[in-house]
Amino acid sequence: MQQDVPLTWYLLLSAALFCLGIVGFLLKRNIITVFMSIELMLNAVNLSFVTFAHQWHAVKGQIFVFFVMMVAAAEAAVGLAIIIAVFRVRNTLSVDRIDLMKL
Amino acid sequence: MTILLHHGFIIYAHLWLIPLAPLLGFLINGLIGRRLPKWLVTTVALLAPLASFSAVLCDASPSVIPAVETFGTWINLGSLHIDFSLALDQLSLVMLLVVTGVGFLIHIYSVGYMHDDPGYARYFSYLNLFLFFMTTLVLAGNVLVMFVGWEGVGLASYLLIGFWFNKTSAASAGMKAFVVNRIGDFGFLIGIFFLLANFGTLTFSEIAAKLAASPAWTGGILTTICLCLLIGATGKSAQLPLYVWLPDAMEGPTPVSALIHAATMVTAGVYMIARFHFLFDRSPFALSVVAIVGAATALFAATMGLAQNDIKRVLAYSTISQLGYMFLGCGVAAYSAAIFHLMTHAFFKALLFLAAGSVIHALGGEQDLRKMGGLRKKIPITFWTMTAAVFAISGFPGFSGFYSKDAILAAAFAQGAFGTVLWGVGVLTAGITALYMFRLWYLAFFGDSRSPDVQAHESPWSMLGPLVLLAFFSIGGGWVTFGGRFYDFLAPVTGPRVEAGDPSLEYALMAVAVTVGFIGWLIAHLHFKPGSLHIAPEGTEPTGFNKLLVNKYYVDEIYNALLVRPLLFISRYILGWVVDGAILGGAAWLLGGTSMFGGAILQRWQSGNLRSYAAWLAAGAAAVLLFVLLAGSPHAWIPSFFHFAQIHGVSHTTVSQLSQAGH
Repeated sequence: MQQDVPLTWYLLLSAALFCLGIVGFLLKRNIITVFMSIELMLNAVNLSFVTFAHQWHAVKGQIFVFFVMMVAAAEAAVGLAIIIAVFRVRNTLSVDRIDLMKL
Repeated sequence: MTILLHHGFIIYAHLWLIPLAPLLGFLINGLIGRRLPKWLVTTVALLAPLASFSAVLCDASPSVIPAVETFGTWINLGSLHIDFSLALDQLSLVMLLVVTGVGFLIHIYSVGYMHDDPGYARYFSYLNLFLFFMTTLVLAGNVLVMFVGWEGVGLASYLLIGFWFNKTSAASAGMKAFVVNRIGDFGFLIGIFFLLANFGTLTFSEIAAKLAASPAWTGGILTTICLCLLIGATGKSAQLPLYVWLPDAMEGPTPVSALIHAATMVTAGVYMIARFHFLFDRSPFALSVVAIVGAATALFAATMGLAQNDIKRVLAYSTISQLGYMFLGCGVAAYSAAIFHLMTHAFFKALLFLAAGSVIHALGGEQDLRKMGGLRKKIPITFWTMTAAVFAISGFPGFSGFYSKDAILAAAFAQGAFGTVLWGVGVLTAGITALYMFRLWYLAFFGDSRSPDVQAHESPWSMLGPLVLLAFFSIGGGWVTFGGRFYDFLAPVTGPRVEAGDPSLEYALMAVAVTVGFIGWLIAHLHFKPGSLHIAPEGTEPTGFNKLLVNKYYVDEIYNALLVRPLLFISRYILGWVVDGAILGGAAWLLGGTSMFGGAILQRWQSGNLRSYAAWLAAGAAAVLLFVLLAGSPHAWIPSFFHFAQIHGVSHTTVSQLSQAGH
């Protein structure tokens, strides 16, 4: 194992990516950007998974990453389909204007 | 199932067929009858009682009777074991022949009578339902099955009294019948519980066997049981003090009055007492009570029948009175005579009601005797059949009512001084019976028509056919007793016949009863024959005893004041307002109000703004994370996390330490 990049850096990068995802999710109004923010958060988690897997020489973490990627792919397919359907009906991509379900 | 060997063949009585046929008729007409063509509804409705009647006839052979058939266990609790069982013996056979035979004739009559009614299929489905429950009641092998039939006929009666439920009077008459019957049923139920507690079984034959095993057992708890059963019987059979529902039950269609409220259902109480005769025989006190109730009801109802102007109500009071005779017969232990009168009464009273229905039909719905008159020539077949029934109920020699009434009166007379009083009441009632029946006869059929603008017309043959058949039975139905054959037939079930003593005494009693009957006719003739008839104009108030009679002794008013009003008061104000409204309703409102109040606050969260949800989610996650970091020892809160850390042999204090552990 190469020691030139310490473990902490990976984790810090992962945390930074995750926070960027959260900020994007909370602040952006365009639903596609929100979607991309979710992907960003998932990938931040993936990064910490592979980091620990590498650190502990355990394959479990890497398998988990595949699961997460698979779910993310499925989510992307379904989510984009929903977005297209919503856009057709509402003619907008702003999440603030998709609020028909509230009381 | 009981297997009966007969010429080497195995014979099943197939008793279940008897109630099954009307049940099928009820299901077909009740579920899809409205969508079926009328001829099919009629076919189904008529086939059901016909099939039942045929099944009864097939079972009416000495090789079958007595038969007991069990169709599985109903209740099996510790020592308590109750089966679905049907039993056929001589008593239930007689009853079944009456129920299904007269029932079939009345079904035919109904085809003509109800022809134009929009509820045609509903009517016949109810009628078949009644037959199903009535045959169940009669065939029951234990008290509980009998109770099912007992309640079921009450239900059918309720449905048919309120058949024209758009009429308020009909709907409330149905309710009245049901509620009054409930009071009686309550007594019956208590009796059943006593039976269970003291005998440990509800099967008729087993109760009889246990009683037979201890011949010294009389009175005591048996009296209590008998009196409870008697309360049930007075409810169903409209005896004092629970008779009040039967006159109101005349709101139902006339064939219903004939079948349920004259010929069959109301006799269930008499049947029940005869069925339990082994109990009543052990309690002289209960028997006397039965006799007194019967005699008092007979006289009381007969006097009320004198002053009624509605043709059906006259017949209703007459039914109550005749049922009183049957109770009187049971009360002097002459059960077979009571059942005999039950049978002849079924013939002539069904005929009276059906003929009255024909009169009402002819006059286009008019039921007031004061507006009839002169119908003898216009509807001759109805007139002659009605005449046969009037003679039968008045007990003229040769007609069926003569033999059965005479048997009861003779049996009463044989009971010593107490019996002589009962006999006197019975004879007096016979005179009053003749009086009010001939009053009806004169008012309806003689003189000039008092509603000249109504064109009376004879009924169709579907109605006249049953009338003619029943007329033959009303005349000849009593002849089965010649040589005591009827009593001998019933003797295995109800015990030997009670006789007055030597034949000359019986003939003397007979002569007295017949003479009194003729006197009744004579009085009716003097008062109501066309020439001397005086009908008070509308609006005149009756006076004296007549006023008491017209108002039916104010019994309904007394019951209203003493029972109905207090009950209604308690139900409406104490139970309705205080218990239901304040306590239960208040609790419900408190619970619901709390939830609604909480919801009104919490619903602000549901903003519909996706980013606000996400912010709450993130805030929640941050809070948990912060908590884990600050609390220091998360294992108390997050056991699975602790578990994970244990497995991997790492310290579990903080996340940052985890990263160090690998090195």
